[in-house]
Amino acid sequence: MIELGKYAGTVLASYGVSLALLAGLVWQTISANARARRDLERQEKNG
Amino acid sequence: MSIWEYANPVKFMRTSGAILPFAVAGAAACTLGGLLWGFLTPEDYKQGSTVKIVFLHVPAAMMAINIWVMMLVTSLIWLVRRHHVSALAAKAAAPIGAVMTLIALATGAIWGQPMWGTWWEWDPRLTSFLILLLFYIGYMALWAAVEDPDSAADLTSVLCLVGSVFALLSRYAVLFWNQGLHQGASLSVAPGERMSAVYRYPLYLTMAGFFLLFLALLLIRTRTEIRRRRLAALQAREMRT
Amino acid sequence: MLSLLKRDLALATRAGGGFGLGVAFFLILCALVPFGVGPETGALRPIAPGILWLGALLSCLLSLDRIFALDHEDGSLDLLATSPLPLEGAVAVKALAHWISTGLPLIAAAPLFGILLHLPAAATPWLVASLLLGTPALSVLGAFGAAITVGLRRGGLLLSLLVLPLYIPTLIFGTEAIRRGQEGGDPATPMLFLAGITAGVVALVPFAAAAALRVNLR
Repeated sequence: MIELGKYAGTVLASYGVSLALLAGLVWQTISANARARRDLERQEKNG
Repeated sequence: MSIWEYANPVKFMRTSGAILPFAVAGAAACTLGGLLWGFLTPEDYKQGSTVKIVFLHVPAAMMAINIWVMMLVTSLIWLVRRHHVSALAAKAAAPIGAVMTLIALATGAIWGQPMWGTWWEWDPRLTSFLILLLFYIGYMALWAAVEDPDSAADLTSVLCLVGSVFALLSRYAVLFWNQGLHQGASLSVAPGERMSAVYRYPLYLTMAGFFLLFLALLLIRTRTEIRRRRLAALQAREMRT
Repeated sequence: MLSLLKRDLALATRAGGGFGLGVAFFLILCALVPFGVGPETGALRPIAPGILWLGALLSCLLSLDRIFALDHEDGSLDLLATSPLPLEGAVAVKALAHWISTGLPLIAAAPLFGILLHLPAAATPWLVASLLLGTPALSVLGAFGAAITVGLRRGGLLLSLLVLPLYIPTLIFGTEAIRRGQEGGDPATPMLFLAGITAGVVALVPFAAAAALRVNLR
């Protein structure tokens, strides 16, 4: 891999935190959208 | 062909649905590509491998501010022209902006740790981002607290306006505050600093990636809000009949 | 306008109005600080300007929802909105009433509490001056927050969340003015900024507050 030297922990921590936050945001965005779409389709079918 | 056509929710859904795959693909390509490229760059002689954090910190910080500006503009459009899509877009953008601010704060703090020896310093720039986070949280809390959607849109728009003025004011107050007390605690990489090409191009790529990521997420979230609004309208109609 | 002012002041000072609670809270806060940070003069003196300003700020915050809540509940807010008096003017007058009934007592009490926190005597005039210049902004910004959250359940906590970030510039310049004054430096810059912020807030924020009230009264 790449030499990260003595700052390896720092760099990996920042990448880890950032990517975790982004992944969480993306996941929440997609699942909320799926739920809204499902609920709307159900309502449109029944209503 | 004017941009106001997209204020029509149906047209917005159709257009955003068409753009979305490209936005997602572009976001993934640019972000991952840029981050990987940045990760492979050589170490900076001064900062060692921590310079690689810039590829996360700078794009996130940029988006944190730009998203608030976008919210300000869409709030104004709502107040003046009453286009619901505009208000919903502002509501949709806020969590993205808050996460960007969090990333900027976290990477800024972690990046500073080797230099400062502590996990946090009240550096003017980091402090301003903390204040921005408070504004984002307040904005999202107000949307959640008000029941009537149109009132919520109005109140959050006014809050966004007043908040924008104070965010700017705070920026200068904080500069005054920290410089006045003691020197030497600021992050030593300023975005304005001349970066060598080795770092500059991966940075541009990740900045583009973060922007496309914001675009993709914004479109999806706005579509969610539009669907929710339509659902509420249908349910209200059902209750009345 | 004058009768509105008199009415609000009367409401604030009568039995259930909570007059004096702000000062009492201010006192309790200043008394609590040494328990938290230790009684040494060396520990208290540097933070005294900040604690005093924070105390004034938080005490101010506590009485903010009263600005509109009572009137909203009994319908007098609707009457105010439809009266010939412009709503912006009514907001300004109510903020003024808040400042007179909450801010002024705090300013009067501050030098006494400064003694508790070992604030140097030289700093006291700057304490009073900065509070005089800054607290009107706190009342008007508070009125804005109250206007946005009027009628909301649990509005109090949301009110604090919305208003406290707006207080940050005033807090920064207020405490810096005291610090510079007490060290013999030149407090003109922070005082000017403080005055500028207050002037801008008093002139413009009532419009935002009135807009928010109109939304909530719909």
